[in-house]
Amino acid sequence: MTPFVDIAFLILSFFIMATKFKPPEPVEIKTPGSVLSQKLPENNAVMITIDSSNKVYFTVMSEKDKTKFDAIINGINTSQNLGLTPAEIANFKQTFAVGVPFAGLKQLLGTDAKEQAKLKQPGIPVLDTLNNQLVYWIQQAKAAFAGEKLNYLIKGDGASKYPTFEAVISALKKNEEFKYNLVTSLDDIPVGTELYKREAAGEKDLKK
Amino acid sequence: MASIEEGGDSGHKKGPGVKKAKKLSTRVDMTPMVDLGFLLITFFVFTATMSTPTTLDLNMPKDVKDVKEQTEVKESSVLSLMLGKNDIIYYYEGKLLEDGSNFKTTTFKGVRDLIINKKKEVISRYVRDPECEAKAKSEGKPISNCADKDFVVIIKPSPEATYKNTVDILDEMTINQVRTYAMVKIFDQEFELIKVTEGATPANK
Repeated sequence: MTPFVDIAFLILSFFIMATKFKPPEPVEIKTPGSVLSQKLPENNAVMITIDSSNKVYFTVMSEKDKTKFDAIINGINTSQNLGLTPAEIANFKQTFAVGVPFAGLKQLLGTDAKEQAKLKQPGIPVLDTLNNQLVYWIQQAKAAFAGEKLNYLIKGDGASKYPTFEAVISALKKNEEFKYNLVTSLDDIPVGTELYKREAAGEKDLKK
Repeated sequence: MASIEEGGDSGHKKGPGVKKAKKLSTRVDMTPMVDLGFLLITFFVFTATMSTPTTLDLNMPKDVKDVKEQTEVKESSVLSLMLGKNDIIYYYEGKLLEDGSNFKTTTFKGVRDLIINKKKEVISRYVRDPECEAKAKSEGKPISNCADKDFVVIIKPSPEATYKNTVDILDEMTINQVRTYAMVKIFDQEFELIKVTEGATPANK
């Protein structure tokens, strides 16, 4: 039995090491399915989340370089005159997602990161074209990641309405960004379609 | 639960006075440990492969104000899809007629055949274009790419369409290998027509 147990524990240790737990999310998002399978970039990315009630959240994803968080929140603080304290600025690193207008940012960052999940966040205002606050967030993120590749992830709930998505896109467009990644879950390629034939023919790059 | 087996040393073969060391077996009952091990394996297997988020690339064009810079497309090879509420797709081919007689409806199930048929129709009308074929050859792409280069799908999600509808229709473009498609804001006239059509059909559909 010993070799058998050895293998079992080897597999066990592999799975323990290979597993990455999902970070806590402010809201549960049911992403729609898509047939294209590309890996989700985890570094140098900002994620814009749209939940089922059309609220918009902004998340910075930079595990390697934590200074980006400071750069972004400092930029927001200065440009919007929010008057955040150093403690509140430091708290931004722990904050998983920002889903409040600038006016509510001080309160959100003043709350302990663990308690933030309980706060009801109204979402970043985007639908008003004159006060699309997401534009400023993206602007600061772009400045913080200057010279590096920054991915724009849009994670939308399937039930959210199109105008919010359009407003998010227009915020990105205002910052001269035209390439985005939509976060989706994986769907099977329908049998018999052209894409299916190409995949069956062994083509690797199905995008083009 | 781990039981340590005691060696059988009940016999006194060597006579009195000779002390014999107690023999202990080193075998440990491993069953509970293995049970736990497999339980953990099952747990990690399930959590590891559950959800693998993937991404769908989306490239949007720059907003062009100047009419001269806008891309022109052949009217006959354009398919306009409008996404309405309750997963209904409204569509017309070419230009929308004044009386709205070519304004039709379909669903997400029916849209695939619609795209395939339209694509076939466009390909059947293809007149050989040596310039494009030479270019495709030099880039190592199949010549058939030229046949459907004129085929354009215009996607117009209405304010009532969901994000899922939008992703689904973009996916449909990939599935059917539509090379040129554009996402455009819906025209007021079209939105009006959608509303009229919605009013005409029973609401509980």
